[in-house]
Amino acid sequence: MISLSLSEKVMLGTALLGGMAGVVGSFAVLRGRALVGDMLAHAALPGVCIAFLITGHRDLLGLSAGALVSGLIAIGAVTVITRWTRTKEDAAIGIVLSTFFGVGVVLLSIIQKPSTSGNKAGLNSYLFGEPGGMLNSDLIVLAVVAAVVLAGVALFFKEFELTCFDSDFARSQGWPTLWLDLAMLAMLAVVTIVGLPIVGVILMAAMIILPAATSRFWTNRLPVLLLVSGLVGAAAGLLGTQVGRGYPAGAAIVLTASSFFVVSLLFAPQRGVISTLLSEYRLRRRVAEEHLLRALFELGEAELPAVPVIDVQVLRDYRHWWSLDRLLERAREEELIEWSANHVQLTPLGLRRASQITKAHRLWELYLVRHADIAPDHVDRDADDVEHLLPESLVAKLEQELAAEGRLPTVLAEVPDSPHVIGAEASGSVSP
Amino acid sequence: MSKTAFEVHDMTVAYQRRPVLWDIDLAIPEGKLVGIVGPNGAGKTTLIKAALGLVPLASGKVEIYGKSYEEQRHLIGYVPQRESVDWDFPVTVRDVVLMGTYGRLGWFRRPGKSEREIADRCLQQVGMAGYAKRQIRQLSGGQQQRVFLARALAEEAQLYFLDEPFAGVDAATETAIVELLHALRSTGKTVLVVHHDLQTVSDYFDYVILLNMRLVACGPVETTFTTENLQKTYGGRLTILDEAAEAIRRQKPLP
Amino acid sequence: MSSNTLMLAFAEPDPGIWIVLTGATVNVACALLGSFLILRRMSMMGDALSHAVLPGLVVAFALSGSMGIVPMFIGAVAAGLLTTFLTQTLHQYARVPSDASMGIVFTALFALGVILVKQFAGGLHFDIGCVYQGALEYVPFANRVWGLPRPLLSSLIVMVVNIFVLILLWKELKLSSFDAELATTMGFSATLMHYLLMMLVSVTTVASFEAVGSILVVAMLIVPASTAYLLTDRLGPMVVLSAVLGVLSAVLGYWGGMHWDTSISGMMTVAAGGIFALAVLFAPQYGVISKVLHNLRMSLRVLREDLLAMLYRIEELKSTKSLTPHEAQTAVGGTWLAKIATSQLERRGQVGERDSRLILTEPGRDAARQLVRSHRLWEAYLVKHLGLPLDHVHVPAHRVEHYIDERIQKEIAADLEPAAQDPHGREIPE
Repeated sequence: MISLSLSEKVMLGTALLGGMAGVVGSFAVLRGRALVGDMLAHAALPGVCIAFLITGHRDLLGLSAGALVSGLIAIGAVTVITRWTRTKEDAAIGIVLSTFFGVGVVLLSIIQKPSTSGNKAGLNSYLFGEPGGMLNSDLIVLAVVAAVVLAGVALFFKEFELTCFDSDFARSQGWPTLWLDLAMLAMLAVVTIVGLPIVGVILMAAMIILPAATSRFWTNRLPVLLLVSGLVGAAAGLLGTQVGRGYPAGAAIVLTASSFFVVSLLFAPQRGVISTLLSEYRLRRRVAEEHLLRALFELGEAELPAVPVIDVQVLRDYRHWWSLDRLLERAREEELIEWSANHVQLTPLGLRRASQITKAHRLWELYLVRHADIAPDHVDRDADDVEHLLPESLVAKLEQELAAEGRLPTVLAEVPDSPHVIGAEASGSVSP
Repeated sequence: MSKTAFEVHDMTVAYQRRPVLWDIDLAIPEGKLVGIVGPNGAGKTTLIKAALGLVPLASGKVEIYGKSYEEQRHLIGYVPQRESVDWDFPVTVRDVVLMGTYGRLGWFRRPGKSEREIADRCLQQVGMAGYAKRQIRQLSGGQQQRVFLARALAEEAQLYFLDEPFAGVDAATETAIVELLHALRSTGKTVLVVHHDLQTVSDYFDYVILLNMRLVACGPVETTFTTENLQKTYGGRLTILDEAAEAIRRQKPLP
Repeated sequence: MSSNTLMLAFAEPDPGIWIVLTGATVNVACALLGSFLILRRMSMMGDALSHAVLPGLVVAFALSGSMGIVPMFIGAVAAGLLTTFLTQTLHQYARVPSDASMGIVFTALFALGVILVKQFAGGLHFDIGCVYQGALEYVPFANRVWGLPRPLLSSLIVMVVNIFVLILLWKELKLSSFDAELATTMGFSATLMHYLLMMLVSVTTVASFEAVGSILVVAMLIVPASTAYLLTDRLGPMVVLSAVLGVLSAVLGYWGGMHWDTSISGMMTVAAGGIFALAVLFAPQYGVISKVLHNLRMSLRVLREDLLAMLYRIEELKSTKSLTPHEAQTAVGGTWLAKIATSQLERRGQVGERDSRLILTEPGRDAARQLVRSHRLWEAYLVKHLGLPLDHVHVPAHRVEHYIDERIQKEIAADLEPAAQDPHGREIPE
């Protein structure tokens, strides 16, 4: 056996715990069972105490066995309560959590009386977490559990994925979703229980939820999610024990994980807050620009094909603008308009874009007016998508109708494409 | 006469002890496009779920190609309602379609190259090949529906159950789905579709099941989809059935 | 109640009285809010808030330098509102599932609190163990304010506040818990009510912390209310009953804690859980036992009725065949229940024995006639309205006949008009 210093053992142990909690927690969170980990952590206490009363010393394996038994009884109790009475699931979880924990507190205070024999030193760690006392044997238990859990996930990945995503469909294919669900719960229970003496009751719930929620910001694929989530958990364990020296270890680990979460929440591409705000801003800018181009097109429509010069004041009165000057400034930069003092004129490129936008807009309007009763849920679509979304035959029909009313903008094909990337970006098509 | 693909005998289905489908008895020949039509709460989805063994039968039995559902599971494809899943789930379009092959793969085996090819082909069939790597949240309602259809295609079944595939989809998707249904029929598959739009029933389907807590009628569209039958289907519920169902719910033992 | 306590204070009662009184006030304060938590499906919010207030308390302590009631309450309310806000925001804007977002917020805040305790409140009152288990045992020795131990006083204040708010906003709370959208459209913002409730929970939690610890708070917030929910169908009685159960748990818990010399607040939790377990088993309408008994009674009734109907049909066919009790029991399934059903029929005088053969008595024949009537009416109805073929109607009718009461019989009869025969051509008896 390689001999490790205590701090190395602690690092290794917390990293192992964080890793497997991240993997198992991902399934729990996706299945809507985020708080079951919390319940299991609390419900383990009476089992720990009883195991201690029987064996008389702190031994991770023995106490974990006790914890596992009372955790499974707790799951059974929740099932019975929700199935046989009208108590809702969240209440059942809360009731079982607090009652079991109450039993645990009662037993604990009996154990802690001076008259009760045995070495009680390690028992409090089940409440508050104390990785400092990690023994070689504890490390081995953690490693074995991690290996078993990871192997289980690798073996049943496909089945777990299907059950979590669409359990009715899974059942229609003949999968025993009940047993698969129980297997996921059992893994959650085992991980929660070996983690208890390291991070404590409350914070174990965080170890289950935080890595999964963090990695969800970074990926849309389940295998990657599991991997990232495991890494986040392990990193939180490693860093938390290092950075948080001198502080309660469980809290330090959880705060490290929380800071990963907050960073992801803010900075993740796509799902992060900043990127969401940014893309909202871009969308608003694009919409404003389209409004501008359409306004310019409509104001000069009568004089086409000559491209008329429009008075800025006329434009200003045409509709409500939100900082028109900035909008004009940007459109000029993109070479969509010529703008001097009080006069605006579309460039050839601008005219082409404007006629495209106007056409799409009118088709869409017409569609909504004529056919909206058939498909009222399309209203939120971008006007741009109209040609992709409606069948060709329908678009052709709509075009005819518009042409009959003399409102079909001709898209000027001879205008060259913009030499700038801006044009491509501004056209804003999201189709592949 | 062709084979019978799907047959239900004297089936009663109850939710929370309250019967929602009474004594259904019907048979669907192979190779038909079948619309399941009826008002809200008529038990259309329940009929499908009962056929798939997703809800227990209070009585009666379901047969698929003459055998029990458990024996013939591999012949069945299923498209649940779109709202039934979490579209935020971290899977891509292709992952979802691959799930259609899981039933065939059985325990432990992972989808390999041939399964991925099947998935891609099915995506192609529903016109979604370009979206394979997208997360499913980023699809429009119609596109999500197409993905579900592709998943069912990947099951390579003989008998398909589609639960409201036309709900909340755009016109293009509706057309695409209908074309796909016709393609399936031309290869001898049988497809049962829960459908809401009465106007399109005669265009889309060649067989129809009219349902309102009980079976009103089941047969070819030309002879069955009549004003008289529609009046029976939509002309209010049979209040005595409702009352009896309520009496049973109050008194009957729990399963 | 408060004048009562003051009077007791003059006589300086037994320390146990203080403990029970404190436990009971805390329990009542919590239980009053519990009904709304469980009806809004927010049971875990109690757990979340009771942990998440920790950093608020520490910050309040660090800023004010004291453990005074006012700074503690302000800290708790701030932390509680922050938790509520963050939980909702994470769910709405970052699409974190709602249970996960609650789990993240309260554990992270609790962890922050633990660190802050270490930083600012090192050796002070903030014993984390105390947060869990409380120190109910020390209540009699706590500082006195107006003659009352401080923990009792603070929980008393909170209880009075809760009662006051509940009376004042009863209709609003009721409406917004039942139908949040309706409440909002009627001008009682559901969001506002949500925050108000969360604020009350935070304050209650904090007031109770010192005395009883978080675990009892979490339990008392939901367990008595859940028990009451199994016993009554009306909100008013539910709230009152859960308060009564809170007091009962306090008394039982105290007694148990003294008897086994263990944590009193732990015992109170166990008492509340035990009462809930009793309700799960024995609740008259929603309990497990009542359901099992109902099932048993129903199975027996079905068997009795099957036996009666069988005997009636034999008579009707004027068959010479007759059945021994054993044969009859075998025909209806042959379980031990069938034996009980037979003896019940004999005891009720609906069935007699002649030459060890079962025969119908006159009352038995009347009852059987009604059953057969239900059966045949239902058959006729199925044929008419469901268009079932003749050979398909017997089995469904056999299943349903037990549930067709006189009213439905009448309705079917009216629907069928003059049909005096069932579809098989047999007479439908009157």
